[in-house]
Amino acid sequence: MTNDLIHATAAELAAKIHSGEVTSVEVTQAHLDRIAETDGKVHAFLHVDAQGALAQARRVDEAVKAGEQVSPLAGVPLALKDVMTTEGVPTTVGSKILEGWLPPYDATVTRKLKEAGVVILGKTNMDEFAMGSSTENSAYGPTHNPWDLDRIPGGSGGGSSAALAALQAPLAIGTDTGGSIRQPGAVTGTVGVKPTYGGVSRYGLVAFSSSLDQAGPCARTVLDAALLHEVIAGYDHMDSTSINAPVPPVVAAAREGLNGDLSGLRVGVVTQFSGEGYQPGVARSFEAAVSQLKELGAEIADVSCPSFDYALPAYYLIAPSECSSNLARFDAMRYGLRVGDDGTRSTEEVMSLTREAGFGPEVKRRIMIGTYALSSGYYDAYYGSAQKVRTLITQDFAKAFENFDVLISPTTPTTAFKIGERANDPMAMYKADLCTIPANLAGTPAMSVPSGLSDEDGLPVGLQIMAPALQDHRMYRVAAAYEAARGSFGGPSL
Amino acid sequence: MPSISRDEVAHLAKLARLAVSEDELDLFAGQLDVILQSVASVGDIATADIPPTSHAVPLTNVFREDVVRPSLGQQQALSGAPEAEDGRFRVPRILGEEA
Repeated sequence: MTNDLIHATAAELAAKIHSGEVTSVEVTQAHLDRIAETDGKVHAFLHVDAQGALAQARRVDEAVKAGEQVSPLAGVPLALKDVMTTEGVPTTVGSKILEGWLPPYDATVTRKLKEAGVVILGKTNMDEFAMGSSTENSAYGPTHNPWDLDRIPGGSGGGSSAALAALQAPLAIGTDTGGSIRQPGAVTGTVGVKPTYGGVSRYGLVAFSSSLDQAGPCARTVLDAALLHEVIAGYDHMDSTSINAPVPPVVAAAREGLNGDLSGLRVGVVTQFSGEGYQPGVARSFEAAVSQLKELGAEIADVSCPSFDYALPAYYLIAPSECSSNLARFDAMRYGLRVGDDGTRSTEEVMSLTREAGFGPEVKRRIMIGTYALSSGYYDAYYGSAQKVRTLITQDFAKAFENFDVLISPTTPTTAFKIGERANDPMAMYKADLCTIPANLAGTPAMSVPSGLSDEDGLPVGLQIMAPALQDHRMYRVAAAYEAARGSFGGPSL
Repeated sequence: MPSISRDEVAHLAKLARLAVSEDELDLFAGQLDVILQSVASVGDIATADIPPTSHAVPLTNVFREDVVRPSLGQQQALSGAPEAEDGRFRVPRILGEEA
């Protein structure tokens, strides 16, 4: 029974809970047990809120029993990335500077999940302030990839994706600034979606790079991701960049995709994302996915987006610049850590000592790069030029979408690398985000869906699907059709 | 492209309010140099005629009625304060730093 419950999809669990076949308390307890059993090895969670989860589950069970109409994912458990504030529940963003902080308010995403009856199991591990591609930058220790515990689960949202792969939760929330949902999805064999920028509220999402940060759904199936997408998306007056437009019909599109017909769909293969630096097993998995899309009726051709070669450098100027400004709020005065306040030191000294003690090396590196890129004398050469590259990337997307409905590429150039392998080489680490960054810079939606396992190392590979702004449903349709054609590729044994 | 010196990193750290250690200065000076050299390629294609994009979504100012909405109370706002006194944030001295 427990085994069935942790293997089930969110859609299946919701149907069983709402029909009274099982209770949400049973489903929630099965997942809490799974976490207790496996998280010593995986370390996906920073905080498990068993009491809060079971209380929410009981509320849903009572509503079902009373014959009330409940929302589509009511009673289904979820793992929440520790970047979203949760009232009265610890929120650390993977940083010592917020250790022990209990937020006085819920993020909009948190609020929407609670209102939809979703059961929040706890908060998942992440690279500190979402800066990283391996979850090794967490101040609380790395998360291990359930497929191979010596390997990284991707980052920054490695905890959320590892929780899905380890069957600790059927649903999770991530945030994607340069690939932090999609790259962990790819290397753990799970689905991860970065919606159109502005599609999901940033209120209560602890900011890294505000013009790029976007929360999105993570799951083991495309339909589950779509169901979660519709719970968290929508206009929010608390976010000044929230889009005031209807939520794209992603659930309907995912269901439509399951009929397996992509006749006439024009798919562009981005030529910049292949060749040198791409692991052969990843390239072969991608080619197999292209063949399957063709069999489903899609028309496939190459498309060149030359500016994408400059996306990585542009990103590593824009994101640090915005982070150097955003993280100025951690000033040791109003919340969080305070170090060295012995009555003799000035505010500025306490601030500097606190930030030195509270931030890890990658956060410090990025703050200093951003400070440099924004300083007079360097602004035009660095930040200014990066903003121009952003224009070119947006134009390349627009041109490509004149001829294609969606674009595809591998999600990440390699499968999961070993923990520690790239820890002392920031540029090697940054390259994990090579294929995912353009969509962040352009604000367009993109997702990663598993394309099976690499034939050389048996590790998961991700297929990235990109669509024009507000056309999120297009990629769900393609992903659902592909997923059905691809079939099962097994799961990790823990 | 000019390389970044240890002294420049020390200056950046001061601007960013990071009391970095001597060891960190050595580490970061090398790493920041490599990173900045790698990202400088943006200048290769960023010609004068290209307008910059600061944001993916065109932003315009949004006006609304000035209506009072519920917000955090004083107790909630102070709940995470390292130190509070008389319903206010208590901070280290901010005056006389030049003395």
